[in-house]
Amino acid sequence: MKDKIAIIGIGCTQARPTSGDVSYREMIYEAAVKAYNYAGISPRDVGTFISTAEDMTEGVSIFDEYVPDQLGAVLKPVHTISGDCLQGIASAYLQIATGAFRVAVVETHSKASNILFPAHIEEFAMDPHYSRYLHLDPVILAGMEMRKLCEDTGANERDVARVITEARRNAMENDLAAYPGNFSINDILATGYVAEPLRSSMVQGTSDGACIFILASEDVTRATCKKPVYIDGISFFTGEPSMDTWKFGKSKFTELASAKAYKMAGIKCPYRELSFAEIDDSYGYKFFIHAEALHLCESGESVDFFRNGAFSPAGELPVNISGGVPGFGKMHGAACGYQLIESVRQLRGEAGKRQLKDTSRGLVQSWRGLPTQTGAVAILSN
Amino acid sequence: MTPEIVRGRELSKDEFDKLPKVIFHPKAQYAYDCGNAINRYLEGLKNGKILAVKCHKCHRVLVPPRSFCEQCYVPVDHWVEVKDSGIINTFSISYVSADVTRLKEPQLPAVIDIDGASPGIGIMHMLGEVKPKEIKIGMKVKAVWKPAAERTGAITDIKYFKPA
Repeated sequence: MKDKIAIIGIGCTQARPTSGDVSYREMIYEAAVKAYNYAGISPRDVGTFISTAEDMTEGVSIFDEYVPDQLGAVLKPVHTISGDCLQGIASAYLQIATGAFRVAVVETHSKASNILFPAHIEEFAMDPHYSRYLHLDPVILAGMEMRKLCEDTGANERDVARVITEARRNAMENDLAAYPGNFSINDILATGYVAEPLRSSMVQGTSDGACIFILASEDVTRATCKKPVYIDGISFFTGEPSMDTWKFGKSKFTELASAKAYKMAGIKCPYRELSFAEIDDSYGYKFFIHAEALHLCESGESVDFFRNGAFSPAGELPVNISGGVPGFGKMHGAACGYQLIESVRQLRGEAGKRQLKDTSRGLVQSWRGLPTQTGAVAILSN
Repeated sequence: MTPEIVRGRELSKDEFDKLPKVIFHPKAQYAYDCGNAINRYLEGLKNGKILAVKCHKCHRVLVPPRSFCEQCYVPVDHWVEVKDSGIINTFSISYVSADVTRLKEPQLPAVIDIDGASPGIGIMHMLGEVKPKEIKIGMKVKAVWKPAAERTGAITDIKYFKPA
């Protein structure tokens, strides 16, 4: 059997709607110092550093160059993954698996509050020939997909609103969350449409924050860590780039990523074998699409499972006990980092009031957000 | 078989105007949070001072200041004022502007090791009141500040460095 690779250290700042008191460097430094302290190692022990960032959301080109100081990575191997946190974790996993490195650090962060016209940055990601000519805010894609989801599955506006209310209520128990809140379904449905049937309260506000993860090979893990969290499976896939051919209401790339991750982890029935799942629930409706793509239920059953409470904190398979994306906010690839932090804590028995009983295996899934067709899945165990 | 050589040519304005084009001006605009160290540095410039930090571990005096020492990986919060003079570490004489147009009068960017900072620690700025041919590595220079009322808390509060 090949060597296991584990997460031996985590650190983060609190996710906040704004963070004008700190620079991104100071924010990442705080998270990194906490992670090194948590793992009981120093940056000198690290062989490779990975930053997950997009130049257009950072506001500088070649963002890799801006990373080493705050990670303790000066004159060390450093590179950026232009993707989300889980894709960075996959890169670290693969680098350790080669045997070339024994310890890797993954950094993910968001300074989304610094972007003055975020819709313009997202629109810039749309195909210049086919889609951008129309000059549309990419949020319309979410409106179109929510409509398709409701048509296909029988979900309604109240179901989507309930995803938002439950996520933000879960966030009330999580000190790291940027958007805790106690709302009723009617509160959500009282807000106006931004792209019918999507309402403004179903669209996440942006937030700032940083997370650091330290991964290690099996020998280092054994020598340094009493409660390692192993990565049993990890994968990421990308679908077709053109919105014209998207399969609205489905997430084939998530399905493929999870199939591969489950195979690596030896999981056959996720609903029975997982203790919890942290999934992307952007705009509320994505919860149902991703739950089905991940086979957390049978196809077409996600709405019934949700209505019956199977995915609630006290249900058979708790999903997004952390507060999910509505709780952390839109973080350009970093929200899944906070969901990974939650998963590591759950598996180490360090989740405080949110701690679930008898956790042994968890799933974390990400979606890179509009207008992308990319997502990743990781299976963790203690 | 010898491949055919296809030579390109410049399009006339007329030809270019007739081509189908995608025109998009993204508002890629950002309000960068300065954070603790840079904020204090910029505030110092507004008051006509160059502020630095001293690392308690390696004892280097660092300018521009930062919240942590990237070599020792420890927080640094011991603030010191350094001089507004220094020596030229390296320089160039630039005949192209940022938008790649030819300049008749060259720009004179230089890295200046600031007096009072550790060796090799300094800031990039412009030189002025000096003929390009007279600039030398190792030349002593001094900051020329904007009048206090015109300073905004930016690196351009120093107009340029001139020979001391």
